[in-house]
Amino acid sequence: MATVFEGPLAKTAVPSDEATQRKTRTPGEGGTWIFILGEMLVFLALFAFFLFNRIKDPNLFRTSQPLVDKTLGLVYTLVLLVSSLLVVGGIQAIRRRNTALAPWLLVGAAVCGIVFIALKCVEWAHHLNQDQTISTNEFWTWYYVLTGTHALHVLIGLGFLAFMIVEARKPKLNGEQFALVEGGACYWHMVDLIWIILFPLIYLMV
Amino acid sequence: MTALLNRRVTFVWAALVGITMVSWWLGVRYGLDDEQIAAVGLMVLGYVKVRLIGLHFMELRDSPGWLRVLFEAWCGVACGGVLLLFLLS
Repeated sequence: MATVFEGPLAKTAVPSDEATQRKTRTPGEGGTWIFILGEMLVFLALFAFFLFNRIKDPNLFRTSQPLVDKTLGLVYTLVLLVSSLLVVGGIQAIRRRNTALAPWLLVGAAVCGIVFIALKCVEWAHHLNQDQTISTNEFWTWYYVLTGTHALHVLIGLGFLAFMIVEARKPKLNGEQFALVEGGACYWHMVDLIWIILFPLIYLMV
Repeated sequence: MTALLNRRVTFVWAALVGITMVSWWLGVRYGLDDEQIAAVGLMVLGYVKVRLIGLHFMELRDSPGWLRVLFEAWCGVACGGVLLLFLLS
C-alpha cells in the first residue's frame, strides 16, 4: 500500500485502498474545520436574511426571481460538480504519489472555477444592463450579496487550488503538508456545497 | 482518472448530477404548478446532495463524532430552515 507520508507520521498514513479498514480520521486538520464551519455558519445567516426579506415582501420576490436564468443556474451547478470530482481525483492521485496526474486534475478543477467566475460576471453584466442593480429592490440586493459572497469564496478556493497544485508536484508530502492539501480540498467542496443550497434558493424556488 | 475513482465516488457523483437535473426540472415546474410542493422537493433533494458531498467528497463519513454531528446539524438546519422560512413567505 503506497503512502505519501514520511517521518514520524508515516505510521498514520491514510489508506488509499477502499478495501482496507476505515479508520476514524479528520480530513485536513481540526483548525481548518473551525474555519470551514465558520464560513458555513456565515452562509446560514445569509440564507436566513434572504428569506426574512422574502417573508416581508413575497410578491416582490415572486416578480423579481423569474428574471434570473434557471438554466444558467443549472450550468453553474454542473461546473462545480465536475470541479469537485476533479478535486477528489486529485487527492487520490496525491495519495498514490501520481505526481504526473495529480496537478493536472487540480488544474482542471481550477479551470472549472474560472469558468464559474467568468459566467457569473456575464450574468451580472446582463442584469446590470437591464437596470437590475444592487439598489433596485430587496431581491436584487440579496441576489448580489449572496452570489457575490459565494463568488468571493470561489476566488479564495482558487487560491487554495493553486497551493494544492504546487504541492501535488512534490514527490513526497509530510503529514502536515498533506493535511493542508486535504484542508484545501474540503474548502473547495464547501464552496460546491454552499452552491447546492444557493441554486434552488435563488434560481428555482419562486 | 477512472482508476483513481472507486465505484462509490463515481456513483455518488452520478447521483449528484442526476439529482441536480431533477431539481432543475422541479424548479422550472415542468408539470408542477404548486410552488410549495416544488420547494419541499427541492430542499429534500438539496439535503440529500449536501450530505453526499460532505460524507463522500469531504470524507466526513470517517470523521470524529464531533465533526460529523456539526456537519449533519448544519445540513438539517440549512435545508430545514430554508424550507420552513420559504413556506412562511
